Amino acid sequence: MGKLLVEEKSIVVPGDFLAEGMDYLPAGGAFRESDKVISSQVGVVEINGRLVKVIPLAGAYVPKKDDVVIGRVTDVSYSNWFVDVGYALDAVMSLKDGTTEFIERGAELSEFYGIGDFVVARVSNVTKSKMIDISMKGPGLRKLIGGKIIQICAIKVPRVIGKQGSMVGMIKDATGCQIIVGQNGRIWVSGKNPEDELLATQAIALIEEKAHISGLTEVVKEFLEKNKGAQ
Amino acid sequence: MAYTRTDRALNGLRPMEAKVGVIKNARGSAMFKIGKTIAYAAVYGPREMHPKFMQNVERGTLRCNYNMMAFSGSGNRVRPGPNRRSREIGLVTQNALAPVLDLTEYPKTVVDVYIELLQTDAGTRCAGICAASLALADAGFKMKDLVCAVSCGIVGGTPVVDLDYSEESYDDHSVDIPIAMIPRTGEITLMQLDGVLTREQLEKAVLLARDGIQKIYEVQKAALKAKFADGKISLEGE
Repeated sequence: MGKLLVEEKSIVVPGDFLAEGMDYLPAGGAFRESDKVISSQVGVVEINGRLVKVIPLAGAYVPKKDDVVIGRVTDVSYSNWFVDVGYALDAVMSLKDGTTEFIERGAELSEFYGIGDFVVARVSNVTKSKMIDISMKGPGLRKLIGGKIIQICAIKVPRVIGKQGSMVGMIKDATGCQIIVGQNGRIWVSGKNPEDELLATQAIALIEEKAHISGLTEVVKEFLEKNKGAQ
Repeated sequence: MAYTRTDRALNGLRPMEAKVGVIKNARGSAMFKIGKTIAYAAVYGPREMHPKFMQNVERGTLRCNYNMMAFSGSGNRVRPGPNRRSREIGLVTQNALAPVLDLTEYPKTVVDVYIELLQTDAGTRCAGICAASLALADAGFKMKDLVCAVSCGIVGGTPVVDLDYSEESYDDHSVDIPIAMIPRTGEITLMQLDGVLTREQLEKAVLLARDGIQKIYEVQKAALKAKFADGKISLEGE
């Protein structure tokens, strides 16, 4: 019979022993060596039945298929756009994935998306050597006009979204801003006036800072109520 | 006459201090101090590897840069920047850290580690490796374990661990052996030696280093946990 060597929700560092025995299985952020399950990342332990997992507390964004991301167009070529999605290598958006509009032969592609434009796109494919394809075809995918972009750490995105979008929904309701959260940690905020945008930005910064405390929803709610009154 | 230490035991390390997250602009960073030697390490990347022919399509590449600051010595200005010695130490640091680091998620990219020595009193490459491994963990890279390093050697015929400058430059026979180890498995990822010593002396010195490395490991782990704990995490459920 195996046994756990750490408590759930404790902080572990690479090399820490998590569990002993073959009946515990390593999931993300952990690996097995002989009969031990060992952490490979700085993170918080999560135990789900027999699965032992380490939820990272830091790390770079790695694109996955079907992620909705906010990207910045960095280059336009004959038949595709190159888009920075926050990974080391640029993603490619081909002509046919760029728009549903009809594009005439020899049309100027930068009329659709020019260098520096921000777009909401979906990662349609990622190869093993990290060639990233993105697409603009799908509900809600579009070029972003107006508003502002905030960059947060990508691994904290789930906390910003909250369960079934509860956290971001709360900020939207309180500030009246439109908010789009990309899986790559870029967040687009657009409000009727700068004060609303500022409040939403501050709330998001608060979530990022306190991402791993429990009862975060209450903290953010309190923050929003207090500062909304102040305006 | 056998060499004796006045300030600590022959198997004792100098006082250590480690801090993680000291450079906000970097993806990960750490400070490691042992005695009067102070090393800072900052991790940047993964970013696209240039020149392109150096890209590895299977995994990311680790690149380490070691540098002693101009004022870091004991009076004489150290000429900073790349030179034969710093190039070599950068390379051995890279080789010491690569076995634990998993960069398969980041093909064609490079992860840069910059190690700066603020103050030096021997054992700089070891302090640099300790700081760099903390910084890589802080940056969130997947690692099999941390890497710890310490020097050991023979001073005046006596095996010692963690030599300071006066011991390294001891007139009557001194041998300095920097060792980096993966503490969990005991695998050695760096061992350099020049000088003359017997097989028995070498064995004794390496065993001293192995014990010292376990102490360093504890300091490193505590420092990493301290950054993230910091009273911020509560253990109650959601």
